[in-house]
Amino acid sequence: MKYDVEVKISLKKGMLNPEASTIQRALALLGYEVQDTDTVNIVKFSMDEEDTNAVEKEVDDMCQRLLCNPVIHNYEIQISPMRDE
Amino acid sequence: MKVGVIRFPGSNCDRDVYHALELAGGEPEFIWWNQKDISHLDAAVIPGGFSYGDYLRAGAIAAITPVIEGIKSLVKDEKPVLGICNGAQILAEVGLVPGVFTVNENPKFNCQWTQLKVKTKRTPFTSGYSKDEIIKLPVAHAEGRYFNENMESLKENDQIVLQFEGENPNGSMESITGVCDETGLVCAVMPHPERASELILGSDDGLKFFKGIVNY
Repeated sequence: MKYDVEVKISLKKGMLNPEASTIQRALALLGYEVQDTDTVNIVKFSMDEEDTNAVEKEVDDMCQRLLCNPVIHNYEIQISPMRDE
Repeated sequence: MKVGVIRFPGSNCDRDVYHALELAGGEPEFIWWNQKDISHLDAAVIPGGFSYGDYLRAGAIAAITPVIEGIKSLVKDEKPVLGICNGAQILAEVGLVPGVFTVNENPKFNCQWTQLKVKTKRTPFTSGYSKDEIIKLPVAHAEGRYFNENMESLKENDQIVLQFEGENPNGSMESITGVCDETGLVCAVMPHPERASELILGSDDGLKFFKGIVNY
């Protein structure tokens, strides 16, 4: 079975996010007053596996070994079965 | 003393490190990222640059290449390993030194001379300095802000190697910009000792890092 996978990688709560604070300051330059600006990275791919559990296990492994640095990142995994065309 | 200089696609301080090792009296040898068995080496240096374009995170992709298995074997055999700049980021990603080097507080590429305090001389790389000696080395990075959740153990185990003296240009925790593992044989520093290895470069304060490897 083929699955679409989306991994959302964000900084742990309380971690300084210089990219987000720069964006917030730039928005203020345009007159937009916003708070709590944050940025996330999304990695998307598709893969063949027997079931959702197997996908989750494999993707979790990917996050631990490459996609994230567990010292500073949190991650969310979204799995959806690909529709037949 | 055969010292490997590890090269990845995107390394750019490899020839500088090679030259500094020659100046120090060592026998450098370039090692490509796909070489797994590097057991013939007595030590290794992972130089700076932008391995794999800094994609994902600085050092993240280099950290899973075959040569890292070789580096881990050197560490097991108690041979010195030094990571400079991108090399430091790689060692942190591999987990051979504690903490991470992440995006600078002021998110720009920071290229300047810095004053640094040598916090420990128990590593081979800093054995030629005196404790708390102030040295001058340049930094050049966008992802050099040191972060570690467990500062206590870092201090207890004497794992802080270099600290910025005065200005902290990237917002590192407690101005830390060089750390080592518990043995002191694996060391990761953001400043570039090879760019300060001859007076013609503006300082030769960094040469002792390489002499320390050669004399180990």
